[in-house]
Amino acid sequence: MLGILAKFLMKVRFIAGALALAFIIAVAAPVSAQQPISVNPTASAVQEQQLLKELNKIQGRVSIPDKRSDVLEQPAGREWRQWHQVTLRWIGAIAILGMLALLVLFYLVRGQVKIVSGLSGRKVVRFNAFERFVHWLTATCFIILAISGLNVTFGKSLLLPLLGPSAFTTWSELAKYSHNFLSFPFTIGVVLICLMWIGSNIPNATDVEWVKRGGGIVGKDHPPAGHFNAGQKLIYWIVVLGGGASAISGYLLLFPFYGTGISGMQLAQIVHSVVAVLFIAAMLGHIYIGTIGMEGAAGAMGEGTVDINWAKQHHSLWLKDEMSNAKGSGQSRPMGTPAE
Amino acid sequence: MARMKFLCDADRCIECNACVTACKNEHEVPWGINRRRVVTINDGKPGERSVSMACMHCTDAPCASVCPVDCFYTTADAVVLHSKDLCIGCGYCFYACPFGAPQYPKVGNFGSRGKMDKCTFCAGGPEADHSKEEYEKYGANRLAEGKLPLCAEMCSTKSLLAGDGDIIAQIYKARVTKRGYGSGAWGWQTAYRESIAI
Repeated sequence: MLGILAKFLMKVRFIAGALALAFIIAVAAPVSAQQPISVNPTASAVQEQQLLKELNKIQGRVSIPDKRSDVLEQPAGREWRQWHQVTLRWIGAIAILGMLALLVLFYLVRGQVKIVSGLSGRKVVRFNAFERFVHWLTATCFIILAISGLNVTFGKSLLLPLLGPSAFTTWSELAKYSHNFLSFPFTIGVVLICLMWIGSNIPNATDVEWVKRGGGIVGKDHPPAGHFNAGQKLIYWIVVLGGGASAISGYLLLFPFYGTGISGMQLAQIVHSVVAVLFIAAMLGHIYIGTIGMEGAAGAMGEGTVDINWAKQHHSLWLKDEMSNAKGSGQSRPMGTPAE
Repeated sequence: MARMKFLCDADRCIECNACVTACKNEHEVPWGINRRRVVTINDGKPGERSVSMACMHCTDAPCASVCPVDCFYTTADAVVLHSKDLCIGCGYCFYACPFGAPQYPKVGNFGSRGKMDKCTFCAGGPEADHSKEEYEKYGANRLAEGKLPLCAEMCSTKSLLAGDGDIIAQIYKARVTKRGYGSGAWGWQTAYRESIAI
């Protein structure tokens, strides 16, 4: 009798358990059916803003042959734009117009640097034909490169309204080709300048003295100088280093993707343009002192000779060397024919 | 007027490249030029996403700003176009573009990149609508026919949306609400300085 009761109770417990389990499953079922909706694939996926924050660009893989197009997004172009449209224009305008203003002011205050003792009529060779050829090769290229380069930054504000779109495009295309092709002779010129004049352009004690005494530019003093004075050495190093920097950065732009990607090209353009405008400003100073700024200087790069009195005043140590060399080696180079 | 935009729903893109092919065929784009491309990020890893990208027709477009000959213009539909007659192929738009959209027929050949080519939102160029010159230089002008860009129209999963910015944003928002997730409108913050709030 007890046994039957126990069996019955066990059955009841089993049924109750089964019912409870069925109830739990029934209640839980809708929850488990909703589960796919609560899965959020975005949570585990790559996030645009996060990628941009980490690298400032998004790069992936493309299946088209042009593998360079695998950069999806690189907002740095916006900063480069700010540089090109605003900052560079200010730097360029201030450097170039500022230099022109300074030169005009300097000319008005100081006037032309005269040869104090007048022309002697006796000439001494300062630059031989090869040196002059290299100088003018580089200078001609530089002037065309400068004008065509400035056209890229300032042309559309200054020239486009004057020429109209179609003529301005013709001119700019011509300017672009000149800029690209003349970069090669210009680079050769810079390399030759670097090699042929490096010996006389190493800074030394004479330069310190020259700078201390105002170099003959400020005041009426005429400190001694060798073949090149400290100012000319500065110009030499501007040409060598500035020319080198603009050549390297320029070739990176000329051969896109050979050396750098887009961000590298943006950087190269920044270096190229800032070096270029400062270079142009420096060369304006160089042109001034070589022409209207100083009596008797232009001949050095013209026919290659300068007046003895000019040499005495500006390059006393160099003249001394040249004279003693001439005496020693039977007048090989320095003394030109006395002019009447 | 509409403000035309592209939107790629990265959660739907399956990297089939139909948009790329459709674009090339519709405009008879020359070899080596891709006005549209699909970039896959974290390829083969969990959470990879593919995004179809072309010119986004940016608000206050950087390419137009830096162009030294001012050859870009914006249409009434806010589509950024350019004149190949005025372009000198200098490459500046390529430095400025956040999306790598500008393409050149002779990339790498020094000094002669050639006239820049890019996505026109199927809106042709400055020449007369449907003229032979327009087709040869810029490809089909579907917008003038009242049609939207073919890339989006061809998209097999309707991942790529093209059309008025407000409308496609609305479509995208509705999708995200319904399915419960979305990785956002890729490139919008950079191109339009605004994203889609969800």
